[in-house]
Amino acid sequence: MNKITNRQVICDTLLEAAQRDRDLVVVCSDSRGSASLSAFAEKYPQQFVEMGIAEQNLVTVSAGLASCGKKVFAASPACFLSTRSYEQAKVDVAYSKTNVTLIGISGGVSYGALGMTHHSCQDIAAFAALPDMRVYLPSDRFQTAKLTEALLQDELPAYVRVSRSATEDVYDEKMTFSLNKANVLMEGEDILMVACGEMVPGAYRAGELLREAGYGVALLDMYCVKPLDEETLLAAAENVKLVVTVEEHSPFGGLGSIVSQVISAHCPRRVINLALPDGHMIGGTNREIFAHYGLDGPGIARTVQSAMSREG
Amino acid sequence: MRLLNMDELTKKAYGLRRDVVEEVYRSAAGHIGGDLSVMDILTVLYFKVMNVSPKNWDSPERDRFFLSKGHCVDALYMVLGEKGFFDKQEAINTFSAYNSRFIGHPNTEVPGIEMNSGSLGHGLALGVGTALAARMDGRNYRTYVVLGDGEMAEGSNYEAMMAAAHYKLDNLCATVDLNRLQISGTTREVMCSDDLGEKFKAFGWHVIHVEDGNDCGQLVAAYEEAAGMKERPSVLIAHTVKGKGVSFMEDNKSWHHGVMTGEQYRTAVRELREVEHE
Repeated sequence: MNKITNRQVICDTLLEAAQRDRDLVVVCSDSRGSASLSAFAEKYPQQFVEMGIAEQNLVTVSAGLASCGKKVFAASPACFLSTRSYEQAKVDVAYSKTNVTLIGISGGVSYGALGMTHHSCQDIAAFAALPDMRVYLPSDRFQTAKLTEALLQDELPAYVRVSRSATEDVYDEKMTFSLNKANVLMEGEDILMVACGEMVPGAYRAGELLREAGYGVALLDMYCVKPLDEETLLAAAENVKLVVTVEEHSPFGGLGSIVSQVISAHCPRRVINLALPDGHMIGGTNREIFAHYGLDGPGIARTVQSAMSREG
Repeated sequence: MRLLNMDELTKKAYGLRRDVVEEVYRSAAGHIGGDLSVMDILTVLYFKVMNVSPKNWDSPERDRFFLSKGHCVDALYMVLGEKGFFDKQEAINTFSAYNSRFIGHPNTEVPGIEMNSGSLGHGLALGVGTALAARMDGRNYRTYVVLGDGEMAEGSNYEAMMAAAHYKLDNLCATVDLNRLQISGTTREVMCSDDLGEKFKAFGWHVIHVEDGNDCGQLVAAYEEAAGMKERPSVLIAHTVKGKGVSFMEDNKSWHHGVMTGEQYRTAVRELREVEHE
């Protein structure tokens, strides 16, 4: 089982890039430890800015730095970054199109037992609704590294959500990656599953279970929630009976909503959206919470199988 | 470029007041009260203090300016037009009109504007960012931010104040256009921002009180003092008069974004011209 977290991989990638790029700047809000960015702060103190526990300031100061040619990565818990500083992200990052990548750490229910204040199950909806903001939820460490490298190459606003715990490997070093292109993990003719972030390994397990049960299953890793890879989605959806989206998010405004919009416009068929509930959630580790709400491999497979049995 | 003396600066500020009155009258939009209170501050900054012009706009060494009270962009447009960033008459003719780039808040489609803004409580933190970048890059440019006193109720200002002092940003200079009025009434009634200087001081800033923030000479002296300050950011608490220069608008909250009648417009222009030609 992989023990390297996606946040650690982001730090490693930024450390590597900082050797060549003096304009790369990391900004934190007393979050360098939880973002695994302490090593960056120690090695490149001149390219690291601590803002203290002040997320609004974190985002606007990042935009100010970016307006002077800095390539800014601002890391803070996703729960705060996507709500407390939402207006700063809207105005100073998205509207002004500054070269700021917002890294939402400990996303979704990573801080499971800390309760709803620390959950970020609305961040996809919030950021996707901002004009000119991109939204990425990489699945494993290899994809996270490739995504970070790609974002270092461009100058546009982006939001990246990663989990606190290590994610099971989906890929290896030889993986192919293209920015804003979904990865096709399985191909099949009955069911298309579309997942992002932490949900990809569970969706993969569900795909295996469904295949054992005799279904033809396709699976897309749609790490690029916005801009959604419509081309790959529509190609994969062309012949299936059922489209299933899986996300660590509220049922509204996230991957499921965006996929449903595209499917209903271009190849109408049934879409079911597996997500966290619209209401109070139990406490526990993120994996316990996933299992409780049917978002682990067996849970996803059960729901999909039951939906397929109704398809006849 | 030759720098203007105090008398010339004052005349220029009054000429620009006439321009902004025309802009606001024609468009029946804008925030004339605040435009008139901040005009001397903007004039002094752009024509005496700051090193920024169309000539050095692409230079990383240009001074940075953020109008945090972005709704007074009507006044800034007149100053930037006068400075040669664009044809001032285009701004006067099209302000707030359909498909005009001269919208009601600062945006980067207008030459001379650094960032899209307008939501209150953002400018000071942007200034912290550009001041930090100057230090990282070893550059000597300075960052100027103009805030409204009503705006000082926004909590994000205090996050930025804390960070600016923490990082000893002596290359950052804020100005509070303290006209004591906001849209619903006096700041005392709405949300008391008394003793703003004490608040900045408590955060570690160097505070300069400008007794008459509509006096170009006092403003120039204050900015000179700020530029000499080491290890601390500076703030000018500029005591201004909302609607300054137009008798019926002065210190009258109904002119926050009032619309003039033809007669009021003519009176305003006449009064401003009298000062301009004194």
